[in-house]
Amino acid sequence: MPDTLYDKLWDEHLVQNDDRNESLIYIDRHYLHEVTSPQAFEGLRHKQLKPWRLDANVATPDHNVPTDRGNQFEAESIKDEVSKIQVVELDKNCKNFGIHQFDITSNKQGIVHVMGPELGYTLPGMTIVCGDSHTSTHGAFGCLAMGIGTSEVEHVLATQCLKITKLKNMQVNFSGQLQTGVTSKDIVLHLIKLIGTAGGTGHAIEFSGSYTASASMESRMTICNMAIEAGAKVGLIGVDSTTIDYVKKHSNLSNSMFDEASKYWKTLHSDTDAIFDKTINIDVSKIKPQVTWGTSPEMTIDFDAEIPSQDSIAEENLENLLLAKAYMGLDESQTLQDLSFDKIFIGSCTNSRIEDLRDAANAVKGKKISKDITEAIVVPGSGMVKAQAEQEGLDKIFIDAGFLWRDPGCSMCLGMNPDQLKPYERCASTSNRNFEGRQGNLGRTHLMSPVMAALTAINGKITDPS
Amino acid sequence: MTNSIISGIVATFDRDNIDTDQIIPTEYLKSIKKFGFGDFLFDGWRYLDEGRLDMTSEDRSKNYDFILNKEPFANAQILLTRDNFGCGSSREHAVWALRDFGFKAVIASSFGDIFYNNCFKNSVLPIKLTKEEISHLFKIADSSPVRFKIDLVKKVVNYDHDSSFSFDVKESLLDRIIHNLDDVDITLKNKNQIEAYELSRRRHRPWLFDYSN
Repeated sequence: MPDTLYDKLWDEHLVQNDDRNESLIYIDRHYLHEVTSPQAFEGLRHKQLKPWRLDANVATPDHNVPTDRGNQFEAESIKDEVSKIQVVELDKNCKNFGIHQFDITSNKQGIVHVMGPELGYTLPGMTIVCGDSHTSTHGAFGCLAMGIGTSEVEHVLATQCLKITKLKNMQVNFSGQLQTGVTSKDIVLHLIKLIGTAGGTGHAIEFSGSYTASASMESRMTICNMAIEAGAKVGLIGVDSTTIDYVKKHSNLSNSMFDEASKYWKTLHSDTDAIFDKTINIDVSKIKPQVTWGTSPEMTIDFDAEIPSQDSIAEENLENLLLAKAYMGLDESQTLQDLSFDKIFIGSCTNSRIEDLRDAANAVKGKKISKDITEAIVVPGSGMVKAQAEQEGLDKIFIDAGFLWRDPGCSMCLGMNPDQLKPYERCASTSNRNFEGRQGNLGRTHLMSPVMAALTAINGKITDPS
Repeated sequence: MTNSIISGIVATFDRDNIDTDQIIPTEYLKSIKKFGFGDFLFDGWRYLDEGRLDMTSEDRSKNYDFILNKEPFANAQILLTRDNFGCGSSREHAVWALRDFGFKAVIASSFGDIFYNNCFKNSVLPIKLTKEEISHLFKIADSSPVRFKIDLVKKVVNYDHDSSFSFDVKESLLDRIIHNLDDVDITLKNKNQIEAYELSRRRHRPWLFDYSN
């Protein structure tokens, strides 16, 4: 029987099927960060257990770290006492249990989903987990990658396995070529608008089609990253020469080992006649830049479209619409173009890779940010992205335009570190969640691509990129 | 010890897509403990001021329009809501906050996948019913405070003396709640199988074990 990529990865990692339809799946790579791991390490200590396999684990602090660290910064320098405890705790746990960490002083530290692939810790065909829902990012490498809770972090540390049930298969075919000014972020936001934030629940989504095949690894990671915003904890893409070229550049496997591995990696795609429980076909050439207007990633529209009104919406969705509009401070007659922005955030595990920074820099080169913008920050996803961008002179372009150039971290994607919105501030953000309070208490988030966020910085308003 | 009956007051949240950032905002994820999150449950809706980890409910300015600040819902044990509850972030703190507040069960038409799994690790039962059944329960629970009785063995929600809806849930997951089982203990009974699998993997996919940091 022909298999999907997800089926193949599932079968490959199956340790045991129990009689009640729960399976033990072996985990090849476990990423850890400071927020969802302390209670898991505490659990190990309580049970007097050691990690099953140390070299499967890699850790880095990202959620709590300030992004204006500069040189000579260490965990003890964090001003917020509670944040500091969490970062110091990760240092202690990694040291005590012997887990490899790129700590806050490392020039390789970064957002775990940006750092992992570029250091070669993510290899095709792996099962990858992390106590973070955006672990789906690594599916771009033909991996079975998913976010897990802290109890499962403890379980993986202790047993190298996950006890889970198999998901259904969904296929999303992206065909065609993008219009100018449109990016992978717009494609995935468009998908979420179409199927909703529960559209992929219970499924692993495989992205395929001619657009996906032509996309860079960075773009593929952006798409898989936001599979979770479509409800799917697993997003994945078959391995092709783009994947293998990237891994060749980033892994430190010996040549002979790489050659042996790539023979296997080339089999990591769905069989031609594989059957999916659901298939969605999308022509990407018709997609315009997307911007969210509300408090859920499905509340997305074309940048120049009308915001849904009371009259245009089904009655069962009215309550959600009114709550979102009230929170976002939107009047009935407003369009996105009418809105004035206060802050700009270019960063997050969705959009802080080198390609994203190049796109944004290209849009602001030789220009100045609008005087209405009180703060515009660019936060590279990792030490390596930062160094690469500086080598290309992107930092200078941003600084000349009036942006702040920061150190790697999750930053304003979520209000755990000093980068936050104040109540009622409106932000053009390249992150992944526009939930109430996500970027700071009562802050108002509009998700969009790095190009659109950069243009919003220049004009103070949403503008046509073409 | 077995937990086979959940009986309690029902609090209603008539809203789709309640994400885990709403269940517990990011600020409180800075705790390194596994307990003590109850005071921060639905923080953004429950209070008028901004909180910190070192504050308790007593220190805060409450939003008395919010259901959990009204009697008898401050003692609610069952939460009734709509679609896609617990979507978004994987934070298990969301379940810890529901548990610490006193919730034993959440009834919704669907759940975020990661949240759903997290519930069973913490003795909070997520119950999926159809949208029609949910609407029916909303009609009953919205008119005046009610108690539901959930029988975990029979897998039914009794919402009236003689009326109930049955629900479906994997037996093995349900067992974790009924018998208070720990996943790590269960899995380590298969230690030999895991070792055998790993050995074979090391042989067939050696590059996965060859990485030097």
